[in-house]
Amino acid sequence: MAECHPVGFQWVMEAKERGAKIIHVDPRFTRTSAVADLHVPLRAGTDIAFLGGIVNYILTNGREFREYVKHYTNAATIVSGEFADTEDLGGLFSGWDPESNSYDIETWQYAGMDVFASGGKREEGAIFGESAHGSQGGKLEHGNPPEMDMDLEHPRCVFQLLKRHFSRYTPEKVEEICGVPKATFLEVAESLCSNSGRERTSAFCYAVGWTQHTVGVQYIRTAAIIQLLLGNIGRPGGGIMALRGHASIQGSTDIPTLYNILPGYIPMPHPHAHQTLDDFLEMNSAETGFWGHMDAYTISLLKAWWGETATADNDWCFDYLPRINGSHSAYQSALDMLDGDLEGYFLLGENPAVGSSNSRLHRLGLANLDWLVVRDLQEIESAAFWREGPEIESGELVTSEIGTEVFFLPAASHVEKDGSFTNTQRLLQWHHKAVEPPGDCRSELWFMYHLGKRIRAKLAGSTEQRDRSILDLTWDYPTEGAHGDPSAEAVLREINGVDLAEDSALSGYTELKNDGSTACGCWIYSGCYADEVNQTARRKPGSEQTWVAPEWAWAWPMNRRIIYNRASADLDGKPWSERKRYVWWDADAGKWTGEDVPDFVADMAPDYVPDEDAEAEQALRGDEPFVMQADGRGWLFVPSGLTDGPFPTHYEPHESPFLNGLYEQQANPGREQFARPENAYNPSADSRDGDPGVFPFVVTSYRLTEHHTAGAMSRTVPHLSELQPEMFCEVSPELAAERGLEHNGWATIVTSRAAIEARVLVTERIKPLAVQGRTVHQVGLPYHWGFRGLSKGDAANDLFSIALDPNVHIQEAKAASCDVVPGRRPRGADLPAFVASYRDRAGSKESP
Amino acid sequence: MTAAARHPAPAWPESWGEEAEPRVGFFTDTSVCIGCKACEVACKEWNGVPDESDGLSGNSYDNSLDLGANRWRHVAFVEQRVEVGGVGSSAPDSWVEEASRQQLVEQGLPIHDGADGFRWLMSSDVCKHCTEAGCLDACPTGSIFRTEHGTVVVQEDICNGCGYCVTACPFGVLDRRSDDGRVWKCTLCYDRLQDDMEPACAQACPTDSIQFGELEVLRRRAADRVEHLHERGVASARLYGADDDDGVGGFGAFFLLLDEPETYGLPPDPVVPTRHLPEAFAAAAAASAALLAGVAAAFIGRSAR
Repeated sequence: MAECHPVGFQWVMEAKERGAKIIHVDPRFTRTSAVADLHVPLRAGTDIAFLGGIVNYILTNGREFREYVKHYTNAATIVSGEFADTEDLGGLFSGWDPESNSYDIETWQYAGMDVFASGGKREEGAIFGESAHGSQGGKLEHGNPPEMDMDLEHPRCVFQLLKRHFSRYTPEKVEEICGVPKATFLEVAESLCSNSGRERTSAFCYAVGWTQHTVGVQYIRTAAIIQLLLGNIGRPGGGIMALRGHASIQGSTDIPTLYNILPGYIPMPHPHAHQTLDDFLEMNSAETGFWGHMDAYTISLLKAWWGETATADNDWCFDYLPRINGSHSAYQSALDMLDGDLEGYFLLGENPAVGSSNSRLHRLGLANLDWLVVRDLQEIESAAFWREGPEIESGELVTSEIGTEVFFLPAASHVEKDGSFTNTQRLLQWHHKAVEPPGDCRSELWFMYHLGKRIRAKLAGSTEQRDRSILDLTWDYPTEGAHGDPSAEAVLREINGVDLAEDSALSGYTELKNDGSTACGCWIYSGCYADEVNQTARRKPGSEQTWVAPEWAWAWPMNRRIIYNRASADLDGKPWSERKRYVWWDADAGKWTGEDVPDFVADMAPDYVPDEDAEAEQALRGDEPFVMQADGRGWLFVPSGLTDGPFPTHYEPHESPFLNGLYEQQANPGREQFARPENAYNPSADSRDGDPGVFPFVVTSYRLTEHHTAGAMSRTVPHLSELQPEMFCEVSPELAAERGLEHNGWATIVTSRAAIEARVLVTERIKPLAVQGRTVHQVGLPYHWGFRGLSKGDAANDLFSIALDPNVHIQEAKAASCDVVPGRRPRGADLPAFVASYRDRAGSKESP
Repeated sequence: MTAAARHPAPAWPESWGEEAEPRVGFFTDTSVCIGCKACEVACKEWNGVPDESDGLSGNSYDNSLDLGANRWRHVAFVEQRVEVGGVGSSAPDSWVEEASRQQLVEQGLPIHDGADGFRWLMSSDVCKHCTEAGCLDACPTGSIFRTEHGTVVVQEDICNGCGYCVTACPFGVLDRRSDDGRVWKCTLCYDRLQDDMEPACAQACPTDSIQFGELEVLRRRAADRVEHLHERGVASARLYGADDDDGVGGFGAFFLLLDEPETYGLPPDPVVPTRHLPEAFAAAAAASAALLAGVAAAFIGRSAR
């Protein structure tokens, strides 16, 4: 965190000064480890085994926050008798279909429910796969699961299933799999337990070291289980912080740059399942909890986009929305380019020729397009691959034969435009334009708005039905300045939502209606422009307000700084402890109050029990804090919303020199694989055909403080480039001795995809680990470098494969296998031949 | 001997009369430094200091290596084993040789047992703005002066590049730029101080490792900090440059270190060269007297012959 998020890390340092114990779990010793109380190096790709060990430690020793777990999680819920755990099926859950390589999740349901029998298949379903982002919470009658055991003793209650599932994650197994000594592991587990409960809370921070795995989503799930068991959710000092890779990556999922969700985590409709708006809402909304108002959120979104054209008679223009029929992720798109199935592509602020896994494949894909638009601050590698890419040097591509027409459009930086950043705390912070962008540089907002205007001008007069969705758009923002920049505040106001009759800004999403009288660009952001004021631009210093600082910028939803904060109070609405009081029930006033905006129906008493016919949030009890879930409880067990299991399970990375020490099943069975010559896979330890010994080391990639992502914003800046001037690899003294690597010399790192060269940093910060009775060496690679800029070098991502998490299609760039040899890599045509020789020797997988 | 006694002209703050401001400086607390180098970048951006790179140094994450004309803040990175755990208590010249020598590869991993005493120290170095500044004493043009804030600043429009200050600095801070020959160093952001702004490095520092303020306040805060760290068991915490009786009369920019100054590449006992002027003059006088006597003797001898 100090390494990649030094500004946010100031708060960790402040917590440390106030007595917090900082534990850093990371394969390498970083700038975070340097100031942490304890650094725990582990083998890359084994975090679920480590975290699962903590779950087991909590349950074995009875360290859970019993009252919280019993009432605020689904621990008591009894699961269908059809469900079978990995304990029973060698590492698979019930419902696995080897034909489709996916799970039928019907057996994962709560007992006594028949929800998904009519729900259709994965891509068409409501909250499966593609739509899983929202976790809309499934459907439950009146909020309560049909069968529960409040003593948590029923053998099929979630608590007992959880206990059984994680029982094999013993400290000994943690040591054997992760390479973390038992004593160190126990220190971590005990530190967490003794710092949680009524009086104390603990927080987790993570970044892409957890997400970029073929089982990445389940890493986070394991942390969520720990935090729910320890009572660390919805309480001050608790939580799980996702540290984002850019300034507004949280914002880019809230108002998505993703293909499978609409603003506010409303799923994208699919072609067959969602014929009408009613079908869509029926399939995706919940009867209970705040997703019960999905009709109001969706119709208000359609009103924001299609204005007066959207009426009840035409289903609020629901048919104007595109439909998705499968994965259209960035990686699928790159593969489609390679196959000639994609003609043109826009790259906005992204540099896949350096930053995406198997970047060589991306360069080959870009070279197979008809046209490519790149908008960036610099002419990045993804815009210059056709004349300077490494494939030109190796002879794999010839400039004169590349047909891609590349349009490079210079972009304005964040100081050259108005707008907002949304951070991991869901805090929207406004930034004002400080200077005019130079030359032809323009903001994204300018580009999109004027592109839309030009497209609309070209389509004007069209009688084609297909063009209506563009021609009927509300596309009329006020513009300002010499270049006609659309007003960013006008966009924010549209996102906030308006009462259409009054033309007044709404104060929050609870005001949204399903009758077309409100318009709102993103329901969860509603309130960010309340009272016609840009609430995100507020800058009241912390010293002039309460410690929660509600008047610094604006947090979604409803300016709430901690969500699910009803969980900070006990069943009766009293704080669990004075020390950790946050939100509580004021019986005299008959409402919830506290330090933050309560995340609960304001006047719903703790003893409220819903009527039979209650709906949405009114259908939850007064002691059920997780108001976005249909049962109002935090999910230890996930009956729907995940494609690869209701519980997290340790699977080895797609490419691993080790066998799975816990199950017969080696890797995540549902991981997405694309074996082909451009994306060949190293054989893993369980390979029957190949020789995993050819790639004996573990390789992981990461960032350095001095550079930013794929380098466009740092390798072009002299004052940053001089601080980390060259690509390097980090290896232990032991590996250096074993392979004859010379400190400050050169090494070549090889996988089935590529061979790259890097200067060698021999350092004790990288430690060999003892795993399954042998020594494993890990190779650390910063991924910032590419072939352009002031500071150049080979791209680490050339080495990694495209093998994806089945929930969110993220690449496994944090754990793979590799070989390392001393010296520089071959040049010219010798390079692809060198890599091919490795593939031949290892028996790499080049086809499905 | 006090500075005033050596200089007939009034010393700061009397030299500034009513315009004198309280003396300001930096307290760099390396115990909370996370090595982000924001200070290096902010300094260069604000002051227009050019980039200068010799490529990858191989010296941990330190690729800027030292203070100089083109680097007014520098973050040192020290990878260190503080207790014997198998590799030895001090860093060997070559980790590779050391690993081979101890047959670590063959033997497996006996040395890595969790808390093995490895640590990574980081520290942001800067001009010390000494109470008795050798550079200022040595400057013949008046380019280097003491500001109303008690800081030491080079005026680049006056500097003639003679370089006397370079050898007069016990820390090796003063340095000539190779292209124009003039000397450049930290001004403690003299221009920002005019506008009541803190220096760029201190403002950029995310963890308050670099604290700017009135020196007296900083000294008190630093003493408390050392006491606090000692109570927490960090026995190695100590202040560097917070003593008026040291060889430069105390630093305007002082440090809290977690090891000996040498570990960070800092001189353990810096002394301003002008301290030796009286002895030097006395010695020179004696030498010249002897020389003169010799010469006289020679002449006398020759004439006597």
